[in-house]
Amino acid sequence: MGIQIVKLPDIGEGVAEAEVVEWHVAVGDMVAEDQMLAAVMTEKATVEIPAPCAGRVVALGAEVGALMAVGGELVRLEIAGAGGPAEPAAASTAVKPPSPAPLPVASPTAKPTARAHQPISSPAAHDVKTSDIANLPGRNRAPLGPPRPVGEKPLASPAVRQRALDAGIDLRQVRGSGPAGRILHDDIDRFIRDGAPGPATGNGKRPNTVVEDVKVVGMRRRIAQNMAESKRRIAHFSYVEEMDVTDLEDLRASLNAQHAQHRGKLTLLPFIIQALVKAIGDFPQMNARYDDEAEIIQRFGGVHVGIATQTPVGLMVPVVRHAEARDLWDVAAEVVRLAEAARKGLAAREELAGSTITVTSLGALGGIASTPVINRPEVAIIGINKQVIRPVWQGNQFVPRKMMNLSSSFDHRVIDGYDAASYIQRIKGFLEEPATMFI
Amino acid sequence: MGDITTKVLILGGGPGGYVTAIRAGQLGLDTVLVEDQALGGTCLNVGCVPSKALIHAAETYHQATALSTASPFGVAVAPPSLDFARTIDWKDGIVGRLKAGVAGLLKRGNVKIVKGLGTFLDGKTVRVDTDTGTDTIRAECVVIATGSEPLALRSPPFGGRVISSTGALSLPEVPRRLTVVGAGYIGLELGIAFAKLGASVTIVEATDRILPLYDAELTRPVAQRLAELGIELRLETNAEGLSANGDSLVVTGRDGARTEIAADRILVAIGRRPRTAGFSLERLDLSMNGNFIRIDERCATSMRNVWAVGDVTGEPMLAHRAMAQGEMVAEIIAGHRRSFDKRAIPAVCFTDPEIVSVGLAPDEARAAGFDVKVGKFPFQANGRAMTLQAEQGFVRVTARSDNHLVLGIHAAGVGVSEMSTAFGLALEMGATLEDIAHTIHAHPTLGEAFQESALKALGHALHG
Repeated sequence: MGIQIVKLPDIGEGVAEAEVVEWHVAVGDMVAEDQMLAAVMTEKATVEIPAPCAGRVVALGAEVGALMAVGGELVRLEIAGAGGPAEPAAASTAVKPPSPAPLPVASPTAKPTARAHQPISSPAAHDVKTSDIANLPGRNRAPLGPPRPVGEKPLASPAVRQRALDAGIDLRQVRGSGPAGRILHDDIDRFIRDGAPGPATGNGKRPNTVVEDVKVVGMRRRIAQNMAESKRRIAHFSYVEEMDVTDLEDLRASLNAQHAQHRGKLTLLPFIIQALVKAIGDFPQMNARYDDEAEIIQRFGGVHVGIATQTPVGLMVPVVRHAEARDLWDVAAEVVRLAEAARKGLAAREELAGSTITVTSLGALGGIASTPVINRPEVAIIGINKQVIRPVWQGNQFVPRKMMNLSSSFDHRVIDGYDAASYIQRIKGFLEEPATMFI
Repeated sequence: MGDITTKVLILGGGPGGYVTAIRAGQLGLDTVLVEDQALGGTCLNVGCVPSKALIHAAETYHQATALSTASPFGVAVAPPSLDFARTIDWKDGIVGRLKAGVAGLLKRGNVKIVKGLGTFLDGKTVRVDTDTGTDTIRAECVVIATGSEPLALRSPPFGGRVISSTGALSLPEVPRRLTVVGAGYIGLELGIAFAKLGASVTIVEATDRILPLYDAELTRPVAQRLAELGIELRLETNAEGLSANGDSLVVTGRDGARTEIAADRILVAIGRRPRTAGFSLERLDLSMNGNFIRIDERCATSMRNVWAVGDVTGEPMLAHRAMAQGEMVAEIIAGHRRSFDKRAIPAVCFTDPEIVSVGLAPDEARAAGFDVKVGKFPFQANGRAMTLQAEQGFVRVTARSDNHLVLGIHAAGVGVSEMSTAFGLALEMGATLEDIAHTIHAHPTLGEAFQESALKALGHALHG
């Protein structure tokens, strides 16, 4: 018996370290040659690392979430024969570099294998572990299956069912970790330990004391870091202003009626982008990136508008480049394309970086006001709230008007309140009298 | 006249009732069982057990007859003779031993047996007219286990040469010409047995195929065997009544033409109905489910502490369902938390070849909204089947495509009734295709076809 050390291979493109986002094996597991050992995530892609040879896993080099340098010991395998030096092992683990347009969630692999490669589409879901059941020694990595669809009967052996009845446990509340979601004795053990029903309250309800540990790894960790850094470094101030978008909506409806069929449907977003781009002409300080360590503000000629986008893995900000050179439909098409790409995990790295100002919109969920967090190192973010019809006093009567708020945040270190308010008022002017936007 | 007070009162001593009583006795509950006929009910006396005895005798006779004309593996015998009275005696002997066994078990459980017909006075009081007088029994809990009885045709009704399955199991001789009305499992089991005993058998069925409750693929081997045995099958044919002289069954065929089938015996096996009349059940005004007593998943009826088990509660009318319900009800009465949470109730037809059905057939699974994988392995490719001259039929497993959870297992073939054990266990344990495929099955056995069917569903059968 020999020991073979599998090192974290050079994934290419000058990557020096990677984060372990998922283990496919546990200590004690037998692995076959080319069986996937782990998924690691770099700045650019998630890569699956295969085993260079068959053997038994005797040690894992890092926990999920740990950053590991290229060349670090990833897995220690016990193999038949004399074993090999570490270097050839690492060399044999030749992993293709990520595809030319590095995909944030693609999983390039050295060889196609029988194992289904799930893109690490939801690190959160993958790493949801209830207590320590997945870390029991000798147990294969066993993330709990997805919760049962509503109405599906729980699957359990007769012995488990009887035990649950005797213990007063409703199996519908127990998640199964066995094949096909089967509820095992272990699952009942855990339920009793972690989710023991409290005293009967007579109403059929019982306190749920389950505590789930969700590891913050991968994309979620990056989002967390960026958000915290933004709030820690930037002196945010928010400014909310109401605008009458009745005329704008009329214009939009009329444009859609004429052109939707050939040029695509316009949402409100391209108009707002148009307005903020136009207003930047007089407020170049809003379209900037502030390097606070070098103490330099870079003002940009081109307006690269980040669009905050909800994706299955969390918030992403794809970028509409050079919005100043695009017309309404062009912007609209680009927003749709980028949002699709981001949601499917197909957005290229350059499409996810380099914005100079950001727009965030929750559509119908927009609420009446929000306090957006600036996409550092930018200095401004424009938030769009929901549109409602409100009575507005016009001279001698109330008239129903379509009203909408913009909630925006600015970096008060470099943007004065007066300028910020003036910038928003300029945008408001464009949106309330849309013709002026196109002069 | 006696007054009896008890904890548990059970009406009916069939598989549902006597199992309830045995388990209640084991649990220390004061228990009274009321039965006006023989202990063991339909199953033991005039159903499952005696029919299996008759089927075994018929098969043995049939094989001896076959060997007397041809000897495929070198065994030659003289033409056999049949002493049918001894066949019936032998069958009755088995029934008698089992009845004595049930009585012994009840006695060991200190169950009091009251012989007579019990009628309800109210939900907790039953009057029993016995040979020695009238007993009034008051109980905390009542379990209705009155079973079912053969359904009669309006014309011809039972009587004379028109018999039910009960009559067919105690005939004095093998009828020369037997007509069976109904190609369900009872009609086929008895029809095939009598054909093997030498009767000329005609089976009349109103629908367009035999065993209409099973899928066509599963029943095809039986249909083929009927033809080999020379049994005449008349599908889409309705029985209308007896001919004027009473020695023929008048039927209407699919073309509307009336014909007569001369028959010494006419076995009517068109189904069974729950026994809910004749014991003042209506006084309880229980909620019903069609003709059946409505029960919940604990076998509770709409009246508090009145329970019902077995055929009187609905389909499938099978002894093993009744027994499982009875065991559960006794435990619930004893204070345990129980629920009828079974995933599968196996069903077996002791036809030739036999049919086993556990869980959902492919079409049923699809109708229930599942994407399915189906693996079917023929006994033709099974070594043990060849050595048994039993190459008809197959094992078929149906599983969910997404997680390979086994939804149903079906088989047709000689002796497959014994495989129902493995099939039921697989379903009840929540087996996946991999669980079955990766279990070593002994070689050479018919059961290997089970493993192979799972492998086939996974796309890599080794021998098929």
